[in-house]
Amino acid sequence: MITAPYWRAPVSVTRVMGWVLLALIPAIVLHVIFFGPVLLAQLLLASVAAVVVEALLLWVRRRPIVSAVTDLSAVVTAWLLVLALPTTVPWWLTLLGVVIAIGVAKQLYGGIGQNPFNPAMVAFAALIVSFPAELSRWPLPTTPVAWQWASFLGTPNVDALASATVLDTLRTAVHSGQAVSELLGRSPVFGTLSGAGYEWIAVAFLAGGLLLWLRGIIPGRLPFAFLLTLGVLSTLAWLVAPERFAPPWVHLFAYSTMLAAFFIITDPVSGVVTPRGQWVFAAGAALLVFLIRHFGQFPDGVAFAVLLMNLAAPWIEMKTQPRVFGEDHP
Amino acid sequence: MAQADVVIGKKNDGDGMRWFSWLTSSAANTLVDPVSGRKLYPIDGGIAFPDYHKQETADIPIRNVAMPSHYIVPLRVNPRFTARPIVDIGARVRKGEKIGEPEGKFGVAVHAPTSGVIRDLGHYPMTHVSGLPALAYFIEPDGKDEAIEPTPYRGACDDTDRIRDFLQQMGLAGLGGAAFPSHAKVASSPVKTLIINGAECEPWITCDDRLMREHAAEIVAGACDLAAAVHALEVLIGIEDNKPQAIAAMQAAAANHGAVTVVAIPTIYPAGGEKQLIERLTGIEVPYGHLSAEFGVLVFNVGTARAVHRALTYGEPLLERVVTLTGAADDPGNRWVRIGHPIAELILEMAPKPEVDRYLLGGPMTGFAIPDLDAPILKGSNCIIAASPALFPPPPPEQPCIRCGACAPVCPARLEPMALYWFARAQQFGKAQEFHLFDCIECGCCAYVCPAHIPLVDYYRYAKSEIWEREREKSKAQQSKARFEFRNYRLEREKAEKAARAAAKAAETKRRLEAQAQESHAEASANGTNDRDGAASPSAPNANDAAARKKALVEAALARARAKRAAEATEPSGENRE
Amino acid sequence: MLTALLVMGGIALVLGVILGWASVRFRAEGDPIVDQIDAILPQTQCGQCGYPGCRPYAEAIAKGEADINRCPPGGDEGVRRLAELLGREYKPLEQEEAAAKPKSVAVIDETRCIGCTLCIQACPVDAIVGAAKQMHTVIDTQCTGCELCVAPCPVDCITMEPIPESLETWKWPKPTWSSERKTTETV
Repeated sequence: MITAPYWRAPVSVTRVMGWVLLALIPAIVLHVIFFGPVLLAQLLLASVAAVVVEALLLWVRRRPIVSAVTDLSAVVTAWLLVLALPTTVPWWLTLLGVVIAIGVAKQLYGGIGQNPFNPAMVAFAALIVSFPAELSRWPLPTTPVAWQWASFLGTPNVDALASATVLDTLRTAVHSGQAVSELLGRSPVFGTLSGAGYEWIAVAFLAGGLLLWLRGIIPGRLPFAFLLTLGVLSTLAWLVAPERFAPPWVHLFAYSTMLAAFFIITDPVSGVVTPRGQWVFAAGAALLVFLIRHFGQFPDGVAFAVLLMNLAAPWIEMKTQPRVFGEDHP
Repeated sequence: MAQADVVIGKKNDGDGMRWFSWLTSSAANTLVDPVSGRKLYPIDGGIAFPDYHKQETADIPIRNVAMPSHYIVPLRVNPRFTARPIVDIGARVRKGEKIGEPEGKFGVAVHAPTSGVIRDLGHYPMTHVSGLPALAYFIEPDGKDEAIEPTPYRGACDDTDRIRDFLQQMGLAGLGGAAFPSHAKVASSPVKTLIINGAECEPWITCDDRLMREHAAEIVAGACDLAAAVHALEVLIGIEDNKPQAIAAMQAAAANHGAVTVVAIPTIYPAGGEKQLIERLTGIEVPYGHLSAEFGVLVFNVGTARAVHRALTYGEPLLERVVTLTGAADDPGNRWVRIGHPIAELILEMAPKPEVDRYLLGGPMTGFAIPDLDAPILKGSNCIIAASPALFPPPPPEQPCIRCGACAPVCPARLEPMALYWFARAQQFGKAQEFHLFDCIECGCCAYVCPAHIPLVDYYRYAKSEIWEREREKSKAQQSKARFEFRNYRLEREKAEKAARAAAKAAETKRRLEAQAQESHAEASANGTNDRDGAASPSAPNANDAAARKKALVEAALARARAKRAAEATEPSGENRE
Repeated sequence: MLTALLVMGGIALVLGVILGWASVRFRAEGDPIVDQIDAILPQTQCGQCGYPGCRPYAEAIAKGEADINRCPPGGDEGVRRLAELLGREYKPLEQEEAAAKPKSVAVIDETRCIGCTLCIQACPVDAIVGAAKQMHTVIDTQCTGCELCVAPCPVDCITMEPIPESLETWKWPKPTWSSERKTTETV
């Protein structure tokens, strides 16, 4: 028997995922304007690969394929992974990343809704540990498009035209004793706020994220808590030791920060559901990001920070259950 | 559509976020009611539907219906509120005559809805989601509609016990839908605040709206009667603000009653739920397992209040109620319907369209599809919706839960529906109860917003009924175990008593033999003195005889015992053969 | 090398002493696992498992002598709960036909009862009332459906009637998610 409620809100998982993809469009457009069309090829490759891998594994698991694939969640994971990686990684690396993200981190755990870890971050972590060299070559706005295509197809010839990220540059410079202020004005890596070119894409992520928040797709407290914590920590550090720590806007408008705040930590499946728990989750992720960036080996700690918080998420959720109606009344 | 995005993060967030709500608040969280100037308290969760579908029936006056061919008057629908049949088959009854005597403290009397003949007392399909039958009278009306002499209430207006018994005999039950015995509520006095529920938050239903517009004076009078009976200090009538005419009518009726205040509450589903209304008007949260009376509040539906007034003043038992007939129909509207009217005949009154495929009893959020249309209208049946695929399309297929959390902000009980779903599905009922499964009021808000179209409320209902069944079985198993252990004890006791009796008998036998031996010895001695020569020989054989007799007796007893043991050994586990 | 051996040996000794003391100090009275198993069993006392009552069967399970799938009145769910409690593999019930039978109560046909009290003696929970040469009847709320009374009756006047589903016993069914169906239904 079909039972009440006999009304349903006109929402669906496909719609939610569709909004996320829509919110990524401004950033993708800016990216293509600054860096060229290689990103589109990456996105296409990753999307197709994600759908194929998911369909294959669903067939092996004997689950319905069409309804699972048309909910667009694999495409969202693919896009986020591509945006987290440098645009110029070879095609086989993107493919490998998609296989890890969809195949291992998502389908092997039971499919959508069952993965304890953020699939894109699992893939990113696996790749950065296995291929650190390829993942530390980020194109600049001045990098020729032809070179980018060559890199994508797997045959880079000159790697001096790529460089590390803003955060990587900072880290190596600080470790070698240079002052931050020396870098800010002079290195071609830096733009106005943060990484040259990437800072505006970060602003685009911010805009897209705000759109998602206003439409009610993501809760506002997750990005707010993340950015607030990161801002406070980086401001304090910069005030205490301005020669060793970058100004807060460098942190906040770094490419990965905005992507993480609005699109990575807001993954509902691997995150926390309770409101207070979401504050803890986001603040914890921001703290870990800051620590890994400054005191860790890797230039950017978003992937590992998110994965560590995913580990803690069930416990956080258990401990931050809200007071139920009528509870703690005598 | 704004309500399409009633998902994560919007204003109706759970704990800790109320202080934010003034930033993004809308009418749903106003804190002062403009109509009465009374302070309102915020409630959590809920959904503001874009279209409540009230306009189909809200402006049409209530009409009567034609007499049906028969009435099915149920005596037992809810296992706790039952009535005992007191009229025989074939008897002639008149309208308002009592045909069911209330059973127990919670039983409610049942009356004949019209004059006629009792044709049958048996099991008829009930207006329940299972369609299972219940004991009911089948009455054939004679068309005269002759009523008995009414007996209004003649006691003091604040004599709670007497009013309680009177209302029980008048068959008063909650007309808001749950049909809870009103006399049981009246008995739980004294209370400070009496709330009359005119909210009617569920879409499509307008019976309370029309009743308030047309019979405001009687409702207010009933409220005053109830207030006197329960010694309440104030009366609040809560009406959703999408019913301005009803608010105006009730205000006019309450103008001369100082203690009665009409309060307009923001329109949000489920503001009319008892606990939600109490929270909205008084800020008190009544947890599961407690009565609102413990917190000094009682809630009655407007229809119940009017019925109470008619019962007390005119001696009218609860015979009829307003039912909204709506949906895909050509003649929708509200009707006065008597309790027991078969639904199959009632729906013809609204001229349903040909595309109607099922009928819903109640509203779209908490109602159910009526499985057997021969079932009757009950005291709590407030609405019948003629549902067509266009109005209520079949739900999309269920997808896996993506843990988006859209369900939690809309829950009026501040639960975590997703956790309850996972536990109910995994049959971990203990954990579901830890997460306050029984605080769920089954309003349907969570299932409404779920993007994966999971029928969440079904999982909770399933979990609750499983838990109740397990408790029933457990208490039955404990009883069985206690009886089994007592039986074992009883058998042991009988065995011990038997052994004691056997021992006593053996001792008795021994004493008897000794006494006999002494006697014959005495005889032998006596014989021996007469005949000294042959003294030894007669006494010796006598003594020998006694010894031989005794030996024979002992042998016989041993043989019997051996036989018995042999017999017991061949039988299965220790059963006595008495 | 010697130091390492001595240290490890010393630690082992200390831990062994602590464990020994704990096993004496915190010894549990009785065997709590038997009570837990007994709490899961339905207390029908029917003997279909081969043991004279639920408690002996519980004790046998605890000792490892009996398998967990021998109790039809407990049903499939009972086997699963035992499996979860004891960490053993779930197995389908041994007596499959018995498991499929619906819950029943015994009913005595009063017109044929001769008052021999054989059924009263057979009932493990004393759910039959009566006396010699008096009418016997089953208290249906106490009958567990174990069927031990059916065999001893010399005139075969006892039948097992399935308990009909009523509004009091109706349960909301579990929603089933079927990927094949186009709509979601609760059946």
